[in-house]
Amino acid sequence: MNVDVLVIGGGAAGMAAATAAAQAGARTQLLERSLRLGGVLDQCIHPGFGLHRYNAELTGPEFAHRQREELYASGAQVCLGTEVIGVDARARQVRSVSPQGVHTIAPKALVWAAGARERPLGALQVPGSRPSGVYVAGLAQRMVNIHGLLPGRRAVVLGSGDIGLIMARRLHLEGTEVAAVLELKPFAGGLLRNVVQCLDDFGIPLLLEHTVIALHGRRRLEGVTVAAVDGSGRPRPETQAFIEADTLILSVGLIPETELVPFVERDPGNRGPAVNARMQTDCPWVFAAGNCTVIYDLVDTVAASGAVAGEQAAHFALGRMQGLGPDIRLSRGENVAHMVPTSLSPGVPTRLSLRVPQPLGRARVLLAGREIARRPGLRPSEMLEITISHELIAQLDSCPEAKLEVIPL
Amino acid sequence: MTRRRIVCVSCPVGCEINVDIDQGSIVHLEGNRCPRGEDYARQEAVEPKRVLATSVHVAGGTYPLVSVRTSTPVPLERIPDMMEHIKRLTVSAPVRLGQVLDRELLGTQADLVATRDVPQGSPHPACTPPAPAGSRPHVAAD
Repeated sequence: MNVDVLVIGGGAAGMAAATAAAQAGARTQLLERSLRLGGVLDQCIHPGFGLHRYNAELTGPEFAHRQREELYASGAQVCLGTEVIGVDARARQVRSVSPQGVHTIAPKALVWAAGARERPLGALQVPGSRPSGVYVAGLAQRMVNIHGLLPGRRAVVLGSGDIGLIMARRLHLEGTEVAAVLELKPFAGGLLRNVVQCLDDFGIPLLLEHTVIALHGRRRLEGVTVAAVDGSGRPRPETQAFIEADTLILSVGLIPETELVPFVERDPGNRGPAVNARMQTDCPWVFAAGNCTVIYDLVDTVAASGAVAGEQAAHFALGRMQGLGPDIRLSRGENVAHMVPTSLSPGVPTRLSLRVPQPLGRARVLLAGREIARRPGLRPSEMLEITISHELIAQLDSCPEAKLEVIPL
Repeated sequence: MTRRRIVCVSCPVGCEINVDIDQGSIVHLEGNRCPRGEDYARQEAVEPKRVLATSVHVAGGTYPLVSVRTSTPVPLERIPDMMEHIKRLTVSAPVRLGQVLDRELLGTQADLVATRDVPQGSPHPACTPPAPAGSRPHVAAD
C-alpha cells in the first residue's frame, strides 16, 4: 500500500492525527505497538476528560472509545502490535516490526505521536538500597486498573503531579494506605481540583517542600527517609523523618519520547521536537503531536494537537500545503516554561499552549510586545490556551523572531 | 455568618468559589466562572458529592476488570461503603460500554455503569501479568 500519512502511536494524539489525515483525503496508516488503541487513556479510569472535545465529562476509556469510533469511521488503516524500530530521515523510510515480520514503509509524511515516558527512580539519585516496591505512577496505575493487582499495603507518593494525586486516591480506595504525598516545590504539581478530590476528600496529607532522601529495605521496601527542603530544593537533614512503607510511587515528571527521531530539532524547554503552527518539525515531512512534543495537561489539547498535525501532514503529502511566508520563531521571554508551537506560520491561525514555571496570579501575555491575553490565577499545572489570529501573525510579518513573555500584573 | 472557600472540581479550571453561609443557607456566592460552579458550590456546602470511578471483576473476559463509574455523583461519605460493595461484585463477559452493572447503588440514585467493552474470551496478552520471578511474587498484595 502506498501511504500518504503514516502515524506512529495509537494514543489520543495519534488517533486524532490519523482521523484528521484520512478525513483530509490522505491514504493513512497508524502503527501502534500494543494490541489496543487508546494509549494511557485505557488505564485512566477516572472522569475528567473530554470537556472541550466532546462537551462531556468522560473517563479515559470512554474518551478512547469515542476516538476509536471516529478513527475507524475515517477509513484510516490501523496496524496493532507493530513497533517502529527506525526512521531513516534521508530515505524517508520507516521500519517497523510486527508478528508478521519486518516492514519498510516510505510515507510522504510522518506524524510522530509516540507519547512520553515516566521519569524513573534512576533519574533522581536517591541514596539507599534498591528493593522492590518502587513504581512509577503509570505502572502502578496499570497494575491496579488493568491487571487488578495492588502494588502494596502502605505507600508514599513522591511528586504531586496529576498522576501522583490520582494514584494516591486510587490506592486509598483499593485499600492501600497512603501515608503521604511529597512535593519538592512549594506548590502542588497537579490541578487544584485533583488536590481537593484526590487528597483532601480522603484526608491524605500533602507535604510541600519535602522529598525522599533515602530508601530502606533489602528485598522489599521497608520505608523511606523524608526531609523538608530549603528554597533551592536541598534537603535539610535536621528535619529528616522515617516513614514506614512497602511501596513508593514516583510521579516526578514525564519525558517526551523522541528517541527514534533524533534528527529533528528539539526545543530545550519542551524537551520535544520544535514545531511550527502546523505541528511540523524542521524536517519538513515529519510532524509531531501530543505528549512527545510537550507534556500537556489535558487530553483534549493532546487530541487537538494531533488533529492539526494529521490534517497538515495530509496537506503536505498531497502537495496542498499553503503558506504565506517563512515561519516566525518564538523566543522565550519571562515566565515561559513550555510553549507549543515553538514558531508561528503566516496564514495559519494558531492555538498556542503555554505553561508558566511558577504560580503567578493575574498576568498578561505579550507577543512581540503586544498583549495577546490577560488571565487570572496562572498556575504551572494549568496550561494557558491562547488563540492567535492570522491577522495578528500578519502584523508580525518579516520579523524572523518574536518574543513570548508573561508579565504578572 | 461563615465564609467557606470551595474549589470547584467540575472541570480542570478549578475555580475557587467563596460561599457565605448564614444559619445553614447560602447568602452569597462568588468566584465561579460558569453556572456549573454555582451548582457545585451549593451542593458542596450542604453535602459533598463525587462521581466514583473504580473497577469490577469480570469472569470470562479478555480483561480481568471492567472500569466503571457512577451514573451520578454520590455522597462522598458513602464512598468507603460503596467500594466495599463494589469489590465483592463479579460480572460475566461480555460487558458493553454503558451497560448498567448494578442499580441504585446502596439505595442512592446512582447506577454503576461500565466505561469500556470487555469481550468474552481468554485474557488479552496485554492484561496478563508477567509471571513472578522465582517463588516469591513481586507484588506485595499476594
